[in-house]
Amino acid sequence: MSIPSPNRSLAARAEPWLLLLPSIALFATFTHIPIVRTAIDSFHSTPKGARPSRFVGLANYEDMAADPIFWKALINNLVYALGTIPLSIALALAMALFVNGRIAGRGLLRMAYFTPTVLPMIAVANIWLFFYTPHYGLLDQIAGLFGFGATNWLGSQATALPAVMVVTVWKEAGFFMIFYLAALQTISPDLKEAAAIEGASDLTVFRRITWPLLMPVTLFILVNAVINAFRMVDHIFILTGGGPDNATNVLLFHLYQVGFKFWDQGYATALTIVLLAILSLMALVQFVAAGRRVHYQ
Amino acid sequence: MRRHATRDRLASAGAWALGLAWLAPLLYAAWTAFHAAEYATRFDLLAPMTLENFARAWAAAPFPRYFLNTVLIVALIVGAQCILCTLAAYAFARYRFRGRDLVFGLVLLQLMITPDILAVVNYRTMRLIGAVDTIWGIALPYLTSAFGIFLLRQTFLTVPKELDEAARIEGCGSLGVLWRVYVPAARPIYLAYGLVQVSYHWNNFLWPLIITNSVETRPLTVGLSVFSSVDQGIDWSVITAATLITSGPLLIAFLIFQRQFVQSFMRAGIR
Repeated sequence: MSIPSPNRSLAARAEPWLLLLPSIALFATFTHIPIVRTAIDSFHSTPKGARPSRFVGLANYEDMAADPIFWKALINNLVYALGTIPLSIALALAMALFVNGRIAGRGLLRMAYFTPTVLPMIAVANIWLFFYTPHYGLLDQIAGLFGFGATNWLGSQATALPAVMVVTVWKEAGFFMIFYLAALQTISPDLKEAAAIEGASDLTVFRRITWPLLMPVTLFILVNAVINAFRMVDHIFILTGGGPDNATNVLLFHLYQVGFKFWDQGYATALTIVLLAILSLMALVQFVAAGRRVHYQ
Repeated sequence: MRRHATRDRLASAGAWALGLAWLAPLLYAAWTAFHAAEYATRFDLLAPMTLENFARAWAAAPFPRYFLNTVLIVALIVGAQCILCTLAAYAFARYRFRGRDLVFGLVLLQLMITPDILAVVNYRTMRLIGAVDTIWGIALPYLTSAFGIFLLRQTFLTVPKELDEAARIEGCGSLGVLWRVYVPAARPIYLAYGLVQVSYHWNNFLWPLIITNSVETRPLTVGLSVFSSVDQGIDWSVITAATLITSGPLLIAFLIFQRQFVQSFMRAGIR
């Protein structure tokens, strides 16, 4: 690579492509071609038995628009995102500020916050399923101490989605904390000392120095949190299976059910396209944000 | 000064309250797993400890097989990723060729769109090549990673050109330079990336769920979901024991190498 001779041999020019070949082949097979294939299939019917798939135009999308479960899942997904993201991020920030300062048992605290991150979501869901059990569950036992009756946390329309959201916040806050912690550790202590000499209160230091410097990482976390909100479904399999009456159904779960329970792959590809559109939008936001981050530093 | 002391104490109290709230679910689950079923719903500090729940969970489902499958999958994926991402990152970091930026952009697309989102078409591909319900079927879509390529490329870019040139003058070929100069320089990144990926693929669920349907191929996560959805008579002690078995190795590794884990996630995340 280093010496660009006028007649570089063909072998030398092929070198980078040979290095890239295995990765490119895998990406093409499992990401790029499937994206194109999904887009094409979304305009086709599902092949059934002897009947091959045929072009149906926008029929799958029309089905989607008329599918109440799709709208329910979309709204649930938005509620899920709006409910979990601000809370996770606020808790993550509080956690990071706690364990970045001088505090007794800092290492232990970091571990306490971070442990849920390394657990499988399936395992986490099992543990919480146990807490949410009516009568026997930890929650009802505690509620019982205060004289409340049994609640079917995961079985009733009003509480099922919030119950799933609590599990998500518990799992995600410690993960986001890590990014805040990394960012906090890059802030020069001189800044704070200078502010302290000027007589600024802690709140002022946070508002005027720390928080603005944390803006880029907050944006990064936010984008990742939105992506996760549309990608994370493992716990729904264990906790509710999308029920009761689709109260906890979200887009990816609906996609799984349509594609692999009902084997309606034509409709499932149309759902995939909607999900891809949402994720691509987020990719774009991150791209623009990353561009701005360069100016920051 | 006193104002500061009070405030620090308040912060400590808040931090610890939050820490306890975060740890309590796990501690309670662990407590349940180590005690007889009748104590699952009746907390008694003096209740006798037992390992019986673990024995019963272990006997009730083919956990050894699930373990083997998970270890195979994780080893296959992380091993292949280390090699393939290294080669690709090297190409992006140290070669100039036509179409490089376009190809790099196409690679980055995969950061958002993981193979399980495209499950419908990917499942069809697996059926075509006969990889449904095989270990390969689980691992194939993950053998390379945009994240790994991106991370290693960033690291390779920081390697001084002089080192590269010195090695070439010594007679190293391109792969020799990669192996002697770049890989050693990126060693901490490999560790960070490896830990993040091991925990990601140990915990991965949706794609393995879709592509497997027999005991011989299921990883722990899918096995656990099958185990707890089959009516266990809602024996919580056994289910929590199975849950701890599933996450045990990763949890123990985390407790021992806590600092490395946290730093790995930090290192991998901020780049």
